[in-house]
Amino acid sequence: MELISPDIGFLFWMTLAFGIVFFFVARFAFPVINKMLKQREEKITEALEKAERTHAEMEKLQANNEILLQQAREEREKMLNEARLSSEQIIEEAKAKASQEANRMIDSAKETIENEYKAAVTEIKNEIANISIKVAEKILQEELSKNDKQMDYINKIIKEYDNK
Amino acid sequence: MKNWKIFISLSFLMCLVFGAQTVALAEQQKDEEEFKAGEVIIEHVLDSYDWHLFSWKGHAVTINLPIIAISEGRFYTFSTKHLHDGNTYVTTNKKTGEPMTFAIPGEGQYKGKVVILGKDGTRIRPLDISITKNVMALFISSTLIIVLFYLVMKAYQKRGEKAPKGLQSLFEWLIVYVRDDIARKAISENKVDRYLPYLVTVFFFIIINNILGLIPIFPFGANITGNIAVTAVLAMFTFFITNLLGNKEYYKDIFNTPGVPWFLKYPLPLMPIIETVGCFTKPFVLAVRLFANITAGHIVVLGFISSIFIVAKVSLMGGVGMSVFSLILAIFVDCIELLVAYIQAYVFTLLSALYFGMASKEHHH
Repeated sequence: MELISPDIGFLFWMTLAFGIVFFFVARFAFPVINKMLKQREEKITEALEKAERTHAEMEKLQANNEILLQQAREEREKMLNEARLSSEQIIEEAKAKASQEANRMIDSAKETIENEYKAAVTEIKNEIANISIKVAEKILQEELSKNDKQMDYINKIIKEYDNK
Repeated sequence: MKNWKIFISLSFLMCLVFGAQTVALAEQQKDEEEFKAGEVIIEHVLDSYDWHLFSWKGHAVTINLPIIAISEGRFYTFSTKHLHDGNTYVTTNKKTGEPMTFAIPGEGQYKGKVVILGKDGTRIRPLDISITKNVMALFISSTLIIVLFYLVMKAYQKRGEKAPKGLQSLFEWLIVYVRDDIARKAISENKVDRYLPYLVTVFFFIIINNILGLIPIFPFGANITGNIAVTAVLAMFTFFITNLLGNKEYYKDIFNTPGVPWFLKYPLPLMPIIETVGCFTKPFVLAVRLFANITAGHIVVLGFISSIFIVAKVSLMGGVGMSVFSLILAIFVDCIELLVAYIQAYVFTLLSALYFGMASKEHHH
């Protein structure tokens, strides 16, 4: 029965001893430990959060970079297209200009030729007229004295020639 | 990891030494006419006025602890050595000046306890606050706990927010375990800090005393947590903390339990009576569980060792064979006891936390 009946003396000492242990732990040791544990936990949580934030920021930056890169690529594409377009245009324009010039030159050549031709014809006409006059003079000098009929004939020829 | 290895190897060493010493203790019983296993075991489990260390050449080497008795408001202090082997200690009654005789009777109602012998042979039990073996062991373990906590506290102050090291990591692991897996699961978040110091103290007090109780060499090996007085005091602390820090709703649940038909409360207050009895049974169960588990463990180990001598009485060879078998079993049970040492500390702390949680939770009907 002694086993299951608490001894008064031991109850007293146990209350005292445990009370002292409890007082020491609760009053001195535990607050220090608990404070440090909490501080460390807060620090770790903070560090983790910071890492998380940094990571998110990095990702955002990367995304931004991606966007910028995409934009640059598009820009380049656009510029290339524009350059191609403008070069084609320039070539086209040059071609047009060249052909225009050629046409103009051809036209002016044609005109010159025409004018030359006309001048040549006029000159030939004058020359022929002069030659004819000379011929006529000679013929006239020789033949006018001969007869009037011949004179008429010469006139007729000149007229025909003129009408041509 | 390294700590664990040390811990496990120490435990094994502990078991071996325990086994060896139990053999030595039992050897001393061998000379007696009859080996009474039951008596030997109960004697080892119970408290005593002196601390038996070992036997040397047939003589018991013991530490004589002081007896402190209070009779009629006067203190009487003397050494246990005066009362050995049925001797009596005669002193003068500080009140009347008459001679006064102290003795430890070997039989009767006060068997093994200090009594004052009356003139007509009556035995009067004084208020006995002697420093017994268990009290001494309790002082030693309490000092050890305070020293350990002091070292850990210093380590925290020195290392600040740096990662824990050595003893500090072992304590931190257990403290965080008590906080996260026991307190926070049972008690609402904002109340945890109020109860945590007690829960941590109780957990360490029980687990350290349990483990020290398994170490058979002086100054450990006393059956502290296997003593009903110790567990009763621990349970009383839990009881007072539960009820003194209980909130209004907790008391309403006891005296005017909601959700119960009125005829269970009036005219005969059945529910309040049941609830009030419940308040007392809870710590009672706590005390009995811890006491019974630890005592049972000690009895089983001692039982295995005793069986060596019971068999040896019949045949010598049987005794030799039995000793190997029993030692292995005793070591095995000691290992289980290590587990029990932890489990019981956990259970006591967890149940205390649950009671605190019940007494402090806010209902949201």
